[in-house]
Amino acid sequence: MAQDRKPVRWHVGVFLAPAVIVYTAIMIVPLFATLDLSLYEVRDKVAAFVGLGNFAKLFGDPNWSGQFWNALWNNTWFFVVNMAVQNPIGIGLAALLSSNRLRFAAAYRTAIFVPTILSFVIVGFVWKLILSPLWGIAPDLLKSVGLRHWFAPWLGDPHTALTTIALISVWQFIGIPMMLIYAALLSIPEEVIEAAEMDGITGMSQFWRIKLPLILPSIGIISILTFVGNFNAFDLIYVAQGALAGPDFSTDILGTFLYRTFFGFQLQLGDPNMGATIATVMFAIILVGVCVYLFGIQRRLRRYQF
Amino acid sequence: MKTTFSLALAGMLLSTTAALADTTITIESWRNDDLTVWQQKIIPAFEKEHPDIKVKFVPSAPTEYNAALNSKLDAGTAGDLITCRPFDASLALFKKGQLADLSDMKIMSNFSDVAKAAWQTDDAKHTFCVPMASVIHGFIYNKDAFKDVGIDAAPKTVDEFYADLDKIKKDGSYTPLDMGTHDQWEAATMGYENIGPTYWDGEKGRKAVIAGTEKLTDPQFVEPFKQLVKWTDYMGDGYKAQTYPDSQNLFTLGRAAIYPAGSWEISVFEKQADFKMGAFPPPVQKAGDQCYISDQPDHALGLNAASKHKDAAMTFLKWVGSQEFAQIYGNALPGFFPLTKEKVTIKDPLANEFLSWRQSCKPTMRYTYQILSRGTPNLENALWAASANVMNKTETPEQAAEELQKGLASWYEPQQK
Amino acid sequence: MSKRARTSHGRALAAHAILLIYTVIALFPVFVIVINSMKSRREIFRHPLSLPGPGSFDLVGFQTVLQQGNFPLYFWNSLVVTVVSLAFILLFGAMAAFALSEYRFRGNTLMGLYLALGIMIPIRLGTVAILKLMVAAGLTNTLFALILVYTAQGIPLAVFILSEFMKTVSDDLKNAGRIDGLSEYRIFFTLVLPLVRPAMATVAVFSMIPIWNDLWFPLILAPAESVKTVTLGAQMFLGQFVTNWNAVLASLTLAIVPVLVLYLVFSRQLIRGITSGAVK
Repeated sequence: MAQDRKPVRWHVGVFLAPAVIVYTAIMIVPLFATLDLSLYEVRDKVAAFVGLGNFAKLFGDPNWSGQFWNALWNNTWFFVVNMAVQNPIGIGLAALLSSNRLRFAAAYRTAIFVPTILSFVIVGFVWKLILSPLWGIAPDLLKSVGLRHWFAPWLGDPHTALTTIALISVWQFIGIPMMLIYAALLSIPEEVIEAAEMDGITGMSQFWRIKLPLILPSIGIISILTFVGNFNAFDLIYVAQGALAGPDFSTDILGTFLYRTFFGFQLQLGDPNMGATIATVMFAIILVGVCVYLFGIQRRLRRYQF
Repeated sequence: MKTTFSLALAGMLLSTTAALADTTITIESWRNDDLTVWQQKIIPAFEKEHPDIKVKFVPSAPTEYNAALNSKLDAGTAGDLITCRPFDASLALFKKGQLADLSDMKIMSNFSDVAKAAWQTDDAKHTFCVPMASVIHGFIYNKDAFKDVGIDAAPKTVDEFYADLDKIKKDGSYTPLDMGTHDQWEAATMGYENIGPTYWDGEKGRKAVIAGTEKLTDPQFVEPFKQLVKWTDYMGDGYKAQTYPDSQNLFTLGRAAIYPAGSWEISVFEKQADFKMGAFPPPVQKAGDQCYISDQPDHALGLNAASKHKDAAMTFLKWVGSQEFAQIYGNALPGFFPLTKEKVTIKDPLANEFLSWRQSCKPTMRYTYQILSRGTPNLENALWAASANVMNKTETPEQAAEELQKGLASWYEPQQK
Repeated sequence: MSKRARTSHGRALAAHAILLIYTVIALFPVFVIVINSMKSRREIFRHPLSLPGPGSFDLVGFQTVLQQGNFPLYFWNSLVVTVVSLAFILLFGAMAAFALSEYRFRGNTLMGLYLALGIMIPIRLGTVAILKLMVAAGLTNTLFALILVYTAQGIPLAVFILSEFMKTVSDDLKNAGRIDGLSEYRIFFTLVLPLVRPAMATVAVFSMIPIWNDLWFPLILAPAESVKTVTLGAQMFLGQFVTNWNAVLASLTLAIVPVLVLYLVFSRQLIRGITSGAVK
């Protein structure tokens, strides 16, 4: 890592410039111009500076804070389900796929990744169709194994809707952890595995004792990607449950709350100022999470160079 | 330098001459269901009379419309003509100066004050969209199914309504009442605000809430919720996860008997159903009572204040206000009823059944639309959630009404007394 | 020895069983869409799980959809936007990731954080500002506007993942290159890039998905017929025929197939990338 101290290292700038320029101009400037709106309020067509007034409203006015805390809590549960179901299964599948001399590994891997490439429109539509109490794909399937009484209108019940949606999200995105972990497992050199086998460490214990420590940085990446993705999620709930995130706002997460506020919905007019306020809070939540990862976890992870 | 300049100049000249010969105006709309009707019937009729103006109808999906339109208006890339939603959404665009003032258009005299009210400022001094169509609420039923189970005539009173539903339920071959609560809005729009006016006496109740003299917790506003609870006994298994398209398909496949409807369903249903359909207005409480219908202004057409083709766009708007347009539109899209005062003959029999109620019943509109949905929490959205909750039995009618009243009173002064 | 062979046999069998079950779970919904898109309306609702047969086979949905839009053109537009954006994302992203992971300079971590900000705020919020920018640059209704937005949107994730992988490339190798007198650019392009090909392929697949499936920016920045993308074209039908499930299922199938093909193409590269990276 250590570099010779040279006066000016132009190449560092050259390497960074294209990404930084495009990214700053098209993304950062527009986004921060929007977040800036959170400090203003429109009164009689004129934007008036209100400082942190909008934040006070978001947390102090029960009409806003009720919705906010509901969305934050739902979002947390959404994240917990994704983290607890998607990532372990993804890692497990990757481990199976990368095991030696497994036939058809490529076919399995391709198939399992297919849901990830589908658009939200398709995912929302097809799961509503499968879970529909009327057309009965799920009820019929359960009936064929004698469990028809297990079926319930899951997406319509405030107690089960959010978890159902979270599991659909797991189904859709499992390819991402699987793929990343798979790439990481494959880049473990043969010599390391062979040395382990010499010592009689094989199978499960080889995975736990040798491979897992080596792929910890990748597990870090998938965790933080899941966190950021879940706290930014919006589309799936929007297409499956609508902008009001029903039933009774039980599937409302920060993304849907933000979208409804910022752009408006039906008779509710868009309120870019309050929308930007919510976005700023979301941004802060995610930023804290990412900083915890970058400064707290990532630095402590041991990396092995091969 | 010089060549680029003259090239640019030549380019400009070319584009202006092209503009003179052929102006293209675009219409922004959320009515993507109607794309083919516009392309095949409406636009050709206009272009025949005005060969120098080309019209493009560019709809986006209803869920994206408001967000996409507002972004494009803010950045100046929106189309010349804007399809207006009723009341506050369009009023906000007018106040921002994005919709032009159309009060001086002569054609406006073709419309009654009631028709124009949805696209005017509160003091009725400025009108900013040319009214196009309204929709009427009621119930569509499967005539063959009624015959099968031995019902001779559509129900007129609430008691008859439930008696018929009982009969259909006992027979067992049809879902008696075809509605779901998953998408929420049907519960509010085709449920609560469909039958509600019968209980709160239509316009009288609507205006009283705006004036603050009646409250949403009053019995006449709670009773419709109680009716919705009764409905659930007749709805399909798993109605909580039944979506709007599910309901539509269930009905047009001939598996349901009564569909709480808006008249916009007519053209869709007639294309897909292979049985006879009839319609009846919201049943009254006792025989002989006055009946009420929700006759809701639905869409209008306004002029983008930043349009570069104002003359052509105005020509089109004038045509939209004419009797000729109303005749074409009302028949191309049965179920969207023209708002013009001039005589329009609708050929579709089912649409005419809806239209005939205007004679016998007193019209009103959804009470959440005018003025009452301006604050936070938004009353219309709250009503969607409340109606669905009541039907899902996660809230009692009284609790739902209580919550709506509390939300409204939190920002609407006349209700704070 | 024979006992060991038997257990490894059993283990392989178990692995196949688990993977097979999961494959079914992953593919079943897609299967449902595709078989039903080729059936008559009544059959879709009566027997949603049966294969299209002589009595139920019906392509009316595809006829409706293909009559309405210029799908080959939409497909071409999507392809151009996706491939060009991907090329930019991979090139710019890898360069920046290399700078961050290779050189120690002041503000390195901050720069890393700065480049990661983009995945923390939904880019949709910047819509109006972005649209104004494109209007000022005269880029509305061009594919280039979309390419710019998607490149900017894809860079954070690319940098994030690639810099993690670049840290695992051995210093000895790079230093050997430096001793041989290779410039930093040569080291990046000829030594480091080939070694992170698995990660590049992964980033390519991850970045491709949101670009191909995006509905919002095509709707706002390039809604004109000549630059319409497949997803926007398919969405039109979804709204338009919300009750005509033949057409809905057909347009969904049409939207799935191209991206599936594209993925299979990349996936080939992916395997090649991953294996060559692993063999070394």
